[in-house]
Amino acid sequence: MATFKEFRNNVKPNWCPGCGDFSVQAAIQRAAANVGLEPEQLAVISGIGCSGRISGYINAYGLHGIHGRSLPIAQGVKLANRELTVIASGGDGDGFAIGMGHTVHAIRRNLDITYIVMDNQIYGLTKGQTSPRSAEGFKTKSTPEGSIETTLSPLEIALSAGATFVAQSFSSDLKQLTSLIEQGLNHKGFSLINVFSPCVTFNKINTYDWFKENIVNLEQFPDYDPSNRIAAMTKIMETNGMLTGLIYQNKERKSYEQLAVGFKEQGLAKQDLQLSREDFDKLLTEFK
Amino acid sequence: MISQLSWKIGGQQGEGVESTDRIFSTALNRLGYYLYGYRHFSSRIKGGHTNNKIRISTKPIRAISDDLDILVAFDQESIDLNASELRPGGVVVADAKFSPTIPEGVQARLFAVPITAIAEELGTSLMKNMVASGASWGLLGLPMEVFNKAVEEEFGRKGPAIVEKNVEAVRRGAEFVLEQAGGPLDDFKLEDADGKQKLFMIGNEAMALGCVAAGCRLMAAYPITPASEIMEYLIKKLPKFGGTVVQTEDEIAAVTMAIGANYGGVRTMTASAGPGLALMMEAIGLSGMTETPLVIVDTQRGGPSTGLPTKQEQSDINALIYGTHGEIPKLVVAPSTIEECFYDMIEGFNISEQYQIPVIIATDLQLSLGKQTSDALDYDKIVINRGKLLTGDLPPNEDNRLFKRYEWTEDGVSPRVIPGMKNGIHHVTGVEHDQEGRPSENALNREKMMDKRLGKISQLRVTNAIKADAPNENPDILIIAMGSTGGTIEEARTRLTADGITTNQIMVRQMHPFPSEMLQPHLEAAKQIVVMENNATGQLSNLIKQNIGYHHKIRNLLKYDGTPFLPSEIHKACKELN
Repeated sequence: MATFKEFRNNVKPNWCPGCGDFSVQAAIQRAAANVGLEPEQLAVISGIGCSGRISGYINAYGLHGIHGRSLPIAQGVKLANRELTVIASGGDGDGFAIGMGHTVHAIRRNLDITYIVMDNQIYGLTKGQTSPRSAEGFKTKSTPEGSIETTLSPLEIALSAGATFVAQSFSSDLKQLTSLIEQGLNHKGFSLINVFSPCVTFNKINTYDWFKENIVNLEQFPDYDPSNRIAAMTKIMETNGMLTGLIYQNKERKSYEQLAVGFKEQGLAKQDLQLSREDFDKLLTEFK
Repeated sequence: MISQLSWKIGGQQGEGVESTDRIFSTALNRLGYYLYGYRHFSSRIKGGHTNNKIRISTKPIRAISDDLDILVAFDQESIDLNASELRPGGVVVADAKFSPTIPEGVQARLFAVPITAIAEELGTSLMKNMVASGASWGLLGLPMEVFNKAVEEEFGRKGPAIVEKNVEAVRRGAEFVLEQAGGPLDDFKLEDADGKQKLFMIGNEAMALGCVAAGCRLMAAYPITPASEIMEYLIKKLPKFGGTVVQTEDEIAAVTMAIGANYGGVRTMTASAGPGLALMMEAIGLSGMTETPLVIVDTQRGGPSTGLPTKQEQSDINALIYGTHGEIPKLVVAPSTIEECFYDMIEGFNISEQYQIPVIIATDLQLSLGKQTSDALDYDKIVINRGKLLTGDLPPNEDNRLFKRYEWTEDGVSPRVIPGMKNGIHHVTGVEHDQEGRPSENALNREKMMDKRLGKISQLRVTNAIKADAPNENPDILIIAMGSTGGTIEEARTRLTADGITTNQIMVRQMHPFPSEMLQPHLEAAKQIVVMENNATGQLSNLIKQNIGYHHKIRNLLKYDGTPFLPSEIHKACKELN
């Protein structure tokens, strides 16, 4: 069985020293080993942005696609081979701005993939513009007078879109993050894990210290029931989205692969493509 | 006895024009006639004039006719809009309910049949299309039992009572009109067809069938006219072969999902029309850059913007060739017949894997939606070639290196693995990359990688990249076209030959990379060249001029009013030129 070291490669990330994304990378590597995967059984599909580079830093199959489209690509990979474990990953701009349309529909579709968002409330790779996750009043290069748009709440959106697994974590809490990714990988359906992953270069407001002061760990509420969707929504609103832990999980709903009529258990990629003469003749009959 | 005739049915959208046409043509197909259909419809569901025209012949035909023999009209508007097409001596079968009249100057016989009244007598006005089609079938004097069989198949799932009522509606319609006409019309008596059942389908169905035959097991698509029939066909068929169709949230999701699934190892396609293709352009670049196979169908319709969504046009060619940013290898093919729609899908999937490039199959609305007789499709021609795709696990790499997915090879195509294979791990990125797929800004690597990707297609030619019918060594006129227009040109050429004008014809099938060397000798040999296309700027004509030349010989024949060319229009234009 592979250890987390086997999910490492020799590529040095081009992230800034202190970037939250390093821990996310480590957590994915640990979680993959902990759930018993071999490197070739995992595909990491990422978007564009600083965090999008993550697929190149994990020893697994990886595809670094185009901005905002990690989810449709990841869903395609999963449909092609449901025996693979598929992680989609990217930043808050990638998933909640340009890719928001896909995020909502990937949630609805509920294919068995795990979506990890590295949420730093800013555009880093383009050197400091506002993101849908930026707080109102947040000053950036594109909002010199402060952002005047409402901050987007991905957790609320996910719940309303019918998400079957919603979690949030903080990149410096490696233990919790690893555990949540493991739970996401084991969940039979779409799992969203939003990770506060501070940008040490362009975001001087939402810093490690700021998060430590402001986040609430759900462990503080022993009675919290993650299978209760209403309670989950309430808790998100009560904490203004600043909570971490497993927020909601629906273990009953079947995944897209399970519901699609005729969709075989064996990965499609392994199936024979040749049509039999008999099947071909049968198809032609309809046009006579 | 006649060897061909044209029949048209017109009414308000939602009035049963489609189903009447379907039953009528199915019955004719059973008798072995060659058919070619044209749908005139609007971008709305109910209301608005719509008509379907069918050309019926004892010999193969691939064009709509200039004129019309029989018009079945559910309302006066259908007569007013279409009567001018009627040939002298043509026939109008219309509902007596609206006291139909034939416009002045049109010499046609009118049969006013109480279509609605008979249908209502039988229980519901919904059956008026059956009364009408029965009447027109009766006038042709064709065997009624064949028609009844088609009716039975159309309504069979609704139970025997419904079938019986519809058969009765057909009988009553025929009975009424035959009494009025004194029996079947002698001058509409069609020669017997060969009685052999033929395939009768639209281009979209031929392509969808081609997908199944090609081993395509997934489709991701967003609905759009005139492409939706492809997804509607495949969602019925693919689950039988373990696959499925995903209706995505937009065309960007459709194409990127298809890229992901091809990367994952399954032949996957998407289909759309101009507006959808515009949204897919960035992703097509990803496919080209990452050398991930991809097959896209573009069913061209009237552009730009929403344009004429239900009308004929061939105006996406520039966008398909030049639309992506940067420079990638790709193949753009325009099938010109229903059979090619089928075979091109198979070849398209093969090429997308053999060359690891995006392949775009570009039809036009008339080819996609015009229902027509197809030659037999040959099972033995279905050959699947997945190129340099490796299978099974690989031996361990030396020094723990990654698999060289983008290895430099003589032909520029590298061995390919799919996720899940042991020791095949590599990286894929739309960023410029090295042989293992790692991002690289190294100048030398950049040049080598660009040359590798673009060089792959330098020799790429599909089967019949151009299709030439060139009986004359130095024709007076060489007509060059693409897509659905070939059959119409053939008819025009027959007339030109009768006028003493010699012609050759070329259908360009491979739009990119352009098969200049195949086309050039034909251009050289011709005295004059007419490039004929359904767009306003002469996109094919410009491709020829840009890639080959002969500006001084080339004349454009352009039509961009939303309707397909008629043989008479080509005949006239070529005659004036000479």
